[in-house]
Amino acid sequence: MNLLLAAKIPDTPWVDWPIIAPVVTLFVTALLIVLARAILRTQPRLVYGLSVAMAFLGLAVSGGFVANEWKIVNKNQPFITFAGAISVDGMTVFVQAIVLIATALSVLLALSYLRREGLETPEYLVLLLLSAAGMLVMAHANDLILVFVALEVFSIALYILAAFDRKRSQSHEAGLKYFILGAFSSAVFLYGIALVYGATGTTSITGIAKYLLETNVEHTGLLVAGFALLIVGLGFKISAAPFHMWTPYVNEGAPTPVTAFMASATKVAAFAAFLRIFAGSLSTYASDWRPAIYGLAVISLLVGTIAAAIQTDVKRMLAYSSVAHAGYILIGVQVANAGSADNKLGGTATALFYLLVYAFMALGAFGVVQAINQRGEIGHDLSDYRELGRRQPALAGLMTLFLLAQAGVPFTGGFIAKLTIFRSAVDAGQHELALVGMAAAVIGAFVYLRLVIMMYRSTHDEHAADEPKIKLDVASATALFIAAVAVIALGIMPNWFLDVAGQATQLLQFSTG
Amino acid sequence: MLAVSAFEIGAQHYFILAAVMFTIGATGMLLRRNTIVMFMCVELMLNAVNLTFVTFAKALDDSAGQAAVFFTLIVAAAEVAVGLAIIVAIFRRRQGVTADDIDLMKG
Repeated sequence: MNLLLAAKIPDTPWVDWPIIAPVVTLFVTALLIVLARAILRTQPRLVYGLSVAMAFLGLAVSGGFVANEWKIVNKNQPFITFAGAISVDGMTVFVQAIVLIATALSVLLALSYLRREGLETPEYLVLLLLSAAGMLVMAHANDLILVFVALEVFSIALYILAAFDRKRSQSHEAGLKYFILGAFSSAVFLYGIALVYGATGTTSITGIAKYLLETNVEHTGLLVAGFALLIVGLGFKISAAPFHMWTPYVNEGAPTPVTAFMASATKVAAFAAFLRIFAGSLSTYASDWRPAIYGLAVISLLVGTIAAAIQTDVKRMLAYSSVAHAGYILIGVQVANAGSADNKLGGTATALFYLLVYAFMALGAFGVVQAINQRGEIGHDLSDYRELGRRQPALAGLMTLFLLAQAGVPFTGGFIAKLTIFRSAVDAGQHELALVGMAAAVIGAFVYLRLVIMMYRSTHDEHAADEPKIKLDVASATALFIAAVAVIALGIMPNWFLDVAGQATQLLQFSTG
Repeated sequence: MLAVSAFEIGAQHYFILAAVMFTIGATGMLLRRNTIVMFMCVELMLNAVNLTFVTFAKALDDSAGQAAVFFTLIVAAAEVAVGLAIIVAIFRRRQGVTADDIDLMKG
């Protein structure tokens, strides 16, 4: 009996430290901050300085390890490690880089916000770093169970972050709504995993791809139901319509730097899983899932742009526009791997590029919203932006840049991102989808221009002059400056970034392009 | 032995039971308005998934499905901790956790 048991114990997988170093770094940093907070309880100022320094150090070291990973991937071909649970390829590194940049920028934005609202900085940083670590795992995950665990690691931290402002009921409400719908969507996602496991006998993404390629699946219904539930579960996380109901509530109620982080980094991580599962492993069943993605993309584009047009709250407007952006990226997912040999920019690469651009646009726009708000998150109504151009020329200018980028105006990253997405759709023969996207872009332009016009139109409002001057602190200004430069740089010289995105997808595991 | 064993319980029955449990959970989640009950419905859904995993693991004679259950359990426990903390925080402020009353933000 003992021998039998012993024989069944699998070998301990070889731990590939350089590969998980970015994740481990963030986890350890977060734990060290918790420790510092507990040990140095009596010296809050010291803990504050220490935790901020450690957070940036951790992010920088993690970034260094990610750069090292890029070298490893470029040298060897993409590979899987940790007994097949973790895949290391170009997309992993690309997504991890975006997540780390987004985290660093949202830490910069959060510092002044937390001071203004009187919230605890160390705890905030801990949760943010843990969430980012979960997202890094998500970029790696080559096993559906690991995808689920990573999804939960970053989501659970985000539930707390959304409810972080204990003084505001809206924040609690946002946390609760995000939690209930998030838990529901993860349960649906998990059931999808169980069904796919039942149909294929494995939860490994490459394993499923291999099985589907070689075997004729007996229970096709089980498999297709599994895909459908996986799409629903991930649809919640990327806030694609009709699974977007939580987005406006959570974006409005959550502390603004958390909203900025959620809009940028969460989307990237969830889309990474989306691309890996659907474009990577289920490509043999593309005719089954492509129509579903098509539908999601069209509904997201329509719901996102039309609902954004009727909002009177800027945070809600940006939330709905993030639903629309999910729609554009879904166009890229829909035509994923459809890139031909001469045109290496398939849907996957354009989706990745769009995610990179969107991370900066969203962080920038929410950053400006945060700077304009007053203590207690007052002042994100559309009317609060009246004559902002006269009162706050710098902030209004930045907001204009980020809004125009989201609208897709030339010389900004948003233009190139939309252009390449539409081009990849046309290349793949999806003319209608590209057409819907362009129509949504036109309506979307109205949404953003409405706010821009509001900021610059003179209303001769006497109250406006009395409003307090906003003093932008150095950290937020740095974050906004970096985001602005990135948005312009991605618009003026996108080729290098597009090349990297293309290279990242060429190094994708099991791409059948 | 009596004729009781004529009806044999197999993998299918467990699978259907799990599907029914999941549906009850999902329906309750969408229909009930008390956040605690909604929360319990999520737990029901997760346990239905666990049952599905174990059923498939047995049917496929593969231990990976059983291992998956542990991950689900741990994640569910973490979710409970955080979820209840948020609910308690809300309850402290307003003495009630009915979802319809939690509607400061409209739209």
